[in-house]
Amino acid sequence: MTQRRKYDVIIIGSGPGGVAAAMAAKQTGAEHVIIIERDIEAGGILLQCIHNGFGLENLGEDLPGPTYAQKYIEQARELGVEFMLETMVLDVTPERKVFATNKYEGVIELEAGAIVLSMGCRERTRAQIQLPGSRPAGVYTAGTAQRWVNIEGYMPGKNFVILGSGDIGMIMARRLTFEGANVERVLEIMPYLSGLSRNYVQCLLDFDIPLQLQHTVNRIIGNDRVEAIESVRVDEQFKPIPGSQEIIPCDTLLLSVGLIPENELSKKAGVRLDTRIGGPIVDDEYQTSVSGIFAAGNVVHVYDLADWVTQAGFRAGAAAAKYAMGKLTKKNRTITTSGGSHVRYVIPYSINPDNLKEHEIPLQLRVSQPIESPVRVVVRAGEKEITRKNEMYARPGEMISIILQEKHYDSIMHTDELVVDIIER
Amino acid sequence: MEKINLICVSCPKGCTLDVRREGDTIVSVEAGCKRGVTYAHQELFDPRRMVASTVKVVDGLHPLVPVATSDPFPKPQIPQLLQALREVQVQAPVKIGQVIIPSVLGTDVDVIASRDMPEEQAASI
Repeated sequence: MTQRRKYDVIIIGSGPGGVAAAMAAKQTGAEHVIIIERDIEAGGILLQCIHNGFGLENLGEDLPGPTYAQKYIEQARELGVEFMLETMVLDVTPERKVFATNKYEGVIELEAGAIVLSMGCRERTRAQIQLPGSRPAGVYTAGTAQRWVNIEGYMPGKNFVILGSGDIGMIMARRLTFEGANVERVLEIMPYLSGLSRNYVQCLLDFDIPLQLQHTVNRIIGNDRVEAIESVRVDEQFKPIPGSQEIIPCDTLLLSVGLIPENELSKKAGVRLDTRIGGPIVDDEYQTSVSGIFAAGNVVHVYDLADWVTQAGFRAGAAAAKYAMGKLTKKNRTITTSGGSHVRYVIPYSINPDNLKEHEIPLQLRVSQPIESPVRVVVRAGEKEITRKNEMYARPGEMISIILQEKHYDSIMHTDELVVDIIER
Repeated sequence: MEKINLICVSCPKGCTLDVRREGDTIVSVEAGCKRGVTYAHQELFDPRRMVASTVKVVDGLHPLVPVATSDPFPKPQIPQLLQALREVQVQAPVKIGQVIIPSVLGTDVDVIASRDMPEEQAASI
């Protein structure tokens, strides 16, 4: 157990964002860096993501989630990052005090030069999508089922319907099939896939699992245990189309209906959140509205790839270390960002142009509607175009990134706002 | 000439590939990058996938350890591979990269552990 009560950087959560933040904090020169994790081991949700596909961007390898996690955790330990496991953070104050508890020490009070929030996200549940019907056993979120199947060794059912075509839902469809279960079908209320196309191919097409777009669960049937669900087709306004109901017998309904940044602690610290997506409003160094409190990864907005969470963590951790050492680049100017045509949101919410002299600043965005034809992504200051890139399509499930570089410094330095548009070519 | 659309699974971008084939010969592949061209050839003549699952562990921190194929594995043989994994039981501690089944089902692919699995009592804060 730790003896020290004062740390340069305290990181909350040991998923890819937290571990990367800790590594970067150490490499930037922070002396005492600790990650607080509530589970019995470090790694976060990566530990239950046993499928491949991690590390392609950052490591040039196709790794399972636990392998990806362990590689970074080992590096963090070598750098001298401390881990405090089985410890729940109860409160974070704007003065950067952290109150936590575990069974070994009771209540613990720590002080930080800077804090990185990396609590990740949580799943939307049945209550949040207001599914009508009785309340039998057998309705679970896809991530809960993933933990049972991949870590704890339980099968939650035999015949599944999955609501939502998010990545976890599709990956679980394959995983349950691997373990001998039958997946009747995947229903998606939107007219398009919400996860990555590659998962549609590898997880559904490969195993002939039908996907029905513009369909949802109308009703859950069963008293003690799910016996069936009633599916229904919806129109463009997501209203059920009368007469399109179908009873699908099953014993388990998995929900893969979206993820929400986990920010209960951020709220306690007084961090300002974006009410649309639920994450802290951060600048290009991932500093929140509270000085010295940073946030990285799915706690800010839900990424498609863990690799990008790691990259965000590196940036946040380096900035947190600089803050703790009093070396963070002074903000002479703040330029806000906003989403223009077809763009739902842009992260970060503001940038300090002076940082372009040290490193690139990626603007990350999502479209509000799928555009299945070639598009141009344009960053502009007023009418003046700063940079652009082409994409073959733009889909809400696939984050788009456009990079600001040092060469853009002169053209943005006199503007107050950058707008990102997506334009059909 | 036959026109086929494939979605490339080589990376998370998920490009749509336009493939033209004439019998057993691929005439052309329109892809976002070189890996897409390789993927199209592989997918049409010898489809393979990375396969990840779990195997039982005795005395481990958890009852299972995640495993994965060292390389993409022939798709038609995936059911037999999963059956082989159900019959395996390993003793903790397990090390990351440890070979769980070498050259599984006579292929050139190994099944390896995806993480360390320490012994139950060895886990401490």
